[in-house]
Amino acid sequence: MSLRKSRIEMPAQDPKERVKNFKEVALGYTSEMAREEASRCLNCKNPLCKKGCPVEVDIPEFISALKEDDPARAAKILKNKNNLPAICGRVCPQENQCEMHCILGKKGEPVAIGRLERFVADWEREQGIPDPEKVETINKKVAIIGSGPAGLTAAADLAKFGYQVTIFEALHVPGGVLMYGIPEFRLPKEVVQQEINYIKKLGVDIQVNFVVGKTATIADLLEEGYDAVFIGTGAGLPNFMNIPGENLSGIYSANEFLTRTNLMKAYLFPQYATPIKIGKKVAVIGAGNVAMDAARTALRLGAEESYIVYRRSAEEMPARHEEVEHAREEGVQFLFLTSPVAYKGDEKGYVKVMTCQKFALAEPDESGRRKPVAIPGSEFDMEVDTVVVAIGQGPNPLVPRTTPGLILTKKGNIQADEETGATSLSNVFAGGDIVTGAATVILAMGAGKKAARAIHRYLQGIEK
Amino acid sequence: MYEILKNEVLGSNIYLFEVKAARIAAKAEAGQFVIIRLHETAERIPLTIADYSREKGTITIIFQAVGASTRELAEYKAGQKILDLVGPLGVPSEIEKYGTVVCIGGGVGIAPIYPIARALKEAGNKVISIIGARSRDLLFWKEKMAAVSDELLIATDDGSEGRKGFVTDVLKDLLEKEKIERVWAIGPMVMMKAVANTTRPFAVKTIVSLNPIMVDGTGMCGACRVAVGKETKFACVDGPEFDGHEVDFDLAMKRLAIFKDEEQRILAKGQCGGGCGCH
Ligand SMILES: Cc1cc2nc3c(=O)[nH]c(=O)nc-3n(C[C@H](O)[C@H](O)[C@H](O)COP(=O)(O)OP(=O)(O)OC[C@H]3O[C@@H](n4cnc5c(N)ncnc54)[C@H](O)[C@@H]3O)c2cc1C
Ligand SMILES: Cc1cc2nc3c(=O)[nH]c(=O)nc-3n(C[C@H](O)[C@H](O)[C@H](O)COP(=O)(O)OP(=O)(O)OC[C@H]3O[C@@H](n4cnc5c(N)ncnc54)[C@H](O)[C@@H]3O)c2cc1C
Ligand code: SF4
Ligand code: FES
Repeated sequence: MSLRKSRIEMPAQDPKERVKNFKEVALGYTSEMAREEASRCLNCKNPLCKKGCPVEVDIPEFISALKEDDPARAAKILKNKNNLPAICGRVCPQENQCEMHCILGKKGEPVAIGRLERFVADWEREQGIPDPEKVETINKKVAIIGSGPAGLTAAADLAKFGYQVTIFEALHVPGGVLMYGIPEFRLPKEVVQQEINYIKKLGVDIQVNFVVGKTATIADLLEEGYDAVFIGTGAGLPNFMNIPGENLSGIYSANEFLTRTNLMKAYLFPQYATPIKIGKKVAVIGAGNVAMDAARTALRLGAEESYIVYRRSAEEMPARHEEVEHAREEGVQFLFLTSPVAYKGDEKGYVKVMTCQKFALAEPDESGRRKPVAIPGSEFDMEVDTVVVAIGQGPNPLVPRTTPGLILTKKGNIQADEETGATSLSNVFAGGDIVTGAATVILAMGAGKKAARAIHRYLQGIEK
Repeated sequence: MYEILKNEVLGSNIYLFEVKAARIAAKAEAGQFVIIRLHETAERIPLTIADYSREKGTITIIFQAVGASTRELAEYKAGQKILDLVGPLGVPSEIEKYGTVVCIGGGVGIAPIYPIARALKEAGNKVISIIGARSRDLLFWKEKMAAVSDELLIATDDGSEGRKGFVTDVLKDLLEKEKIERVWAIGPMVMMKAVANTTRPFAVKTIVSLNPIMVDGTGMCGACRVAVGKETKFACVDGPEFDGHEVDFDLAMKRLAIFKDEEQRILAKGQCGGGCGCH
């Protein structure tokens, strides 16, 4: 049998069509495609791919099950380690993780592990996800703060151990960035809610509309009988550049722009009551995944032109290659080595002009990064009517401020042990973006998983 | 789901709702607010906690039906339920014993000023309250305000009750004849701006409660940003109360009008966004 060097392509919506709708872009493998791609896997004795997976999925095992045309077993193997496979299969940067390590990548393309993961999870969802097996309950209570991937994973694993777990979530739906940030066309909200339903079936209670630090503090929860707390509140505080005119109407943080669109469904206005205003010419500041999502969302909302405005060059863009490609195909334009320095508005206060400066990249410094240096006198004006600022998010201070004794880093993140999530308070653990700063879904899940184990050890009295 | 226990009409287009929300009532302090989402397709709107009962586990909200969302809320009856209600949000008012303080409520702003006046009174201040509105049918809670004030003064634009004129006219007289330590003012943006301008020459610290457009109310989106002094603040977590002499009111008013066109569109479409099942 001759081995295919390249992976099976995944079908996708045509760029010209998809930019007019919010439906999912990537359409997923058929069973034939999945079986064929699975057959490329060598089922290595010492699978390198597994080392690249932060939640230790048994990758060759689940792929083998697929090869044998047994998706049900594949799903079981997958779910054993990963509580959110339909999500991970869609949004994980596999190219930097499992697939980067895959042995086939040395001579050709690595096995498309992410696409197979997605296929298995979607197959299971279509069949109807079987209810999880019942476990013996342990009479101890754990409170989880935040329902992003970190909180959901910690909750699911603790429930599987048998603990009574309650998640407290500030917004009106669980899911964190998966619901309010990542757009429908990359991660359908229906998929997220189904995965969350599975976690509920494990016995996890989810209390929405509950802002810890306001509705109750961590001290209150401990007093109410929770034996341990996990903080997974994410990196939800949007950064602005603090330049003149940034508060003009029509200038949004990426969080506001995406929350209105995804969580509040402003793209269905007025059937959904939350509005969003989109101009003809939109500038998105920054070039990470968040910026790509905003630029692509802008086109779908009806913008005629959508620009990524970035201080460095194409090479340094932090966004996933695939996302940049998708954005390009859809017509997003790129302005590199450019950054705004001021905005001007009309008499009603709407932004109209963005004054930009050009940058050049200096020689690489010790860390190997090329610093952007402003070119004097290079200012120019660009007409815009919507601006989305996507230059990163910081930690939300609501929980730290109301939790005496919780030690923070200089940047305001919670100081926690990388392996256990242990914080300066013995019964409080933390993980995900609130600890690491804005990172990825899978790293947040990995942190939730490790913390669940550590909380289990702590509650069993093995440690401390 | 949060049950509405009482629905009362306070004046023309002004409504009072008492809602069961034990957890929020247990923590609520003067100056704080909640965000509600009526049903699946509704938007999230902020409303001040005008009163609360820790014993009954209830909060009181008072609102003016000005646009699609508040008009839709006004249709709700006792016994019906609100889908989402979150709070108490924002930083509570700074309540201390200052001496003589003035609390000003304009229009529907009478509701949020009440718990502040009450708390200031309980802290041992001499509380002079001024309430005002365009005309008498928009005034409410006169007795409640009188009960927590050492003195209650009233102004209406048309003179149908109390002094004819603005609350700032009453305030100016007070400032001229008495030593005032602090002023609180809640009402329409233009009123709060006028109050801040009135107290500025007297150098009396003036606290205003800003009501910008909000989405999450937890510091996540920045929709609520306001300029205070040289800084940008998020009203939902840094406020809603700020030093009125530092606030850029003109910017705040422009930002309130961001979605004017969309508000018109949704109103034109019917009382609400549809899909609510209320008509
Ligand atoms: C637009 C966008 C696109 C992204 N795309 C990708 C991608 O393609 N792939 C990828 O791997 N990563 C992506 N990321 C990053 C990824 O989403 C995050 O790293 C991940 O969600 C972090 O998970 P978390 O559980 O730590 O926090 P979050 O997902 O941020 O969840 C935190 C939750 O806690 C809640 N919360 C906060 N404070 C409180 C409180 N006081 N009380 C109660 N609840 C509270 C919040 O409301 C939220 O629901 C993206 C991020 C964004 C914003
Ligand atoms: C912290 C906070 C506390 C608040 N407390 C109260 C309260 O106790 N009672 C109450 O009636 N309202 C309160 N508001 C204002 C209330 O949230 C808005 O009136 C409401 O969102 C309007 O929604 P709508 O769809 O009915 O009107 P829209 O259609 O959105 O607006 C109709 C008209 O009202 C104006 N408007 C919109 N938002 C506001 C606003 N925030 N303030 C003033 N005018 C506005 C619009 O410019 C427009 O002219 C508060 C706002 C904040 C931020
Ligand atoms: S490294 Fe690649 S080929 Fe080997 S088991 Fe993992 S996916 Fe299969
Ligand atoms: S309302 Fe979103 S940050 Fe204040």
